[in-house]
Amino acid sequence: MGLSDLTSITASEARRLLDNKEISSVELTRDHLERINNLEKDIDAYVTVTEAIALEDARLADERIAAGTQANLTGIPMQLKDNICYSGIPTTCSSKMLENFIPPFDASVSTLLKGENSVLLGKGNLDEFAMGSSTENSALKSTKNPWDTSRVPGGSSGGPAAAVAASECVFSLGSDTGGSIRQPASLCGVVGMKPTYGLVSRFGLVAFASSLDQIGPLTKSVEDSALILQSIAGHDPRDSTSLNVEIPDYRANLSTGLKGFRIGVPKEYFVEGINSGVEKSVLDAIDVLKDLGAEVKEVSLPHTKYALAVYYIIAPSEASANLSRYDGVKYGFSEKDADTMWAGLENTRSNGFGPEVKRRIMLGAYALSAGYYDAFYLKAQKVRTLIRQEFETVFKEVDVLAMPTSPTTAFSIGDKIDDPLQMYLNDIFTIPANIAGIPGISVPAGLVEGLPVGLQFMSGALQEANLFKAAYAYEQATEWHKQTPSLG
Amino acid sequence: MEESADLTIEEIKQISVLTRIAMTDNELDLMRTQMSAILDSVAILNEVDTENVEPTGHSVDVKSVMRDDEKQDSLTQEETLLNAPQREGSFIRIRAVLE
Repeated sequence: MGLSDLTSITASEARRLLDNKEISSVELTRDHLERINNLEKDIDAYVTVTEAIALEDARLADERIAAGTQANLTGIPMQLKDNICYSGIPTTCSSKMLENFIPPFDASVSTLLKGENSVLLGKGNLDEFAMGSSTENSALKSTKNPWDTSRVPGGSSGGPAAAVAASECVFSLGSDTGGSIRQPASLCGVVGMKPTYGLVSRFGLVAFASSLDQIGPLTKSVEDSALILQSIAGHDPRDSTSLNVEIPDYRANLSTGLKGFRIGVPKEYFVEGINSGVEKSVLDAIDVLKDLGAEVKEVSLPHTKYALAVYYIIAPSEASANLSRYDGVKYGFSEKDADTMWAGLENTRSNGFGPEVKRRIMLGAYALSAGYYDAFYLKAQKVRTLIRQEFETVFKEVDVLAMPTSPTTAFSIGDKIDDPLQMYLNDIFTIPANIAGIPGISVPAGLVEGLPVGLQFMSGALQEANLFKAAYAYEQATEWHKQTPSLG
Repeated sequence: MEESADLTIEEIKQISVLTRIAMTDNELDLMRTQMSAILDSVAILNEVDTENVEPTGHSVDVKSVMRDDEKQDSLTQEETLLNAPQREGSFIRIRAVLE
């Protein structure tokens, strides 16, 4: 491997090269900073680039490696989605409301990554407050898909997905409320993983919909996904929904065969509206799984068609409560031009939030208001129970489910931004996992007209090892993960 | 959620007051159209029989978490005030609440 090409490597490869002293973290970091410098004008994956922090992190990482005390992610250059707090640098949520907010504390995942001396390259762009599926709702910039810069990267973790796809970082952490890691991973041709709800601490993740939000990795390989989850999973007393469970070795079960492994294909995920190229790619992928020895059978999850409606009641309701904190008093944007306290508050929220955020706050406030609570919010919570139970039943019969991640490949910038309902349909195949709290992963599974397609696996709660097993075997049997966009 | 009648402008105005988001007439009108369409689409949930079904708030059991009552480090006053839009000494300054 030429030293001029260090940005193409995975975290697992970087670990080996760093440990063998074939490269230094400073070299690896400099190469990434140079690539960011060259590509950002075309991609816009970063809200903030932290060059000085990165070089200092890398220097400390090299010292630790020299001392032989390194951890899994020591010296690996990474990005954090800009709704994950990192002390001393802005956490904007790509919103005017938090454009100048500098958290005086770290998210728990930031603390964990700092503890391993991984290297922060910067913060990734997102749809404002993680609400969207194209990253066009960012109030700061619109990220472009590295495979075709006239197209969206997906969202809301569009910055992280584009940065990994363009090799502007080795890995990134995103957040997934209804598909915000998996859908952009699918559209950008990278691996995106949403853990079981409660497996990774949400402390320091700016809250959108608290019963659905979960942090997870975007990576270049399935092995990296397992490696990074290993470092960020675990109980945190500062998150009341954090699970106190044993964390298994996620890489222990990675193997190239799937003999006896049971895979369900839910027929409700192959419906009208799915792009025929995407459908074919996923069916081809299922044939590959059969060839690897998996026992594949069709299953049914009849409540799937209600998941989107459940989500668009529950997520806005929780958002309306979570975002009531932005009042221009303690931190964040504050509209000075007002005569009274109330006018100041109303103008702060009117000018600080973008259209999609306002839409969700108002929708949620309506669904929670007196007279409508039972009909909307309570009804949605009850259907949520049915969706959850349906998954529990199917996972008695199969180890994982296989389905498409997104019904389409990347669409053109501007195509769907004026029609919220069309935009919401992008998440139709990812939302059910958030509703049920179960994990999901998207892996590259082909190209349709030069654009990436994602294959999604879901498993029962806390069965991440099964997810990685299926995803790894598929990845190793195909060449799709080796395809990269042609850039600069 | 029984019928899918469009929201009225008065209802949207009321929600904008409740959520403290000032809106122009054009914004109210667009919000009325878009929210009505979204509410129309979620009416599909009426098809589902949820008699005797318990609601799910979280997919995991959520219990109130209390830590032991021991002294711990916390943010300093200066750190806490770092992001305040307007401050006066060790206070956050706001407009008068009572006129």
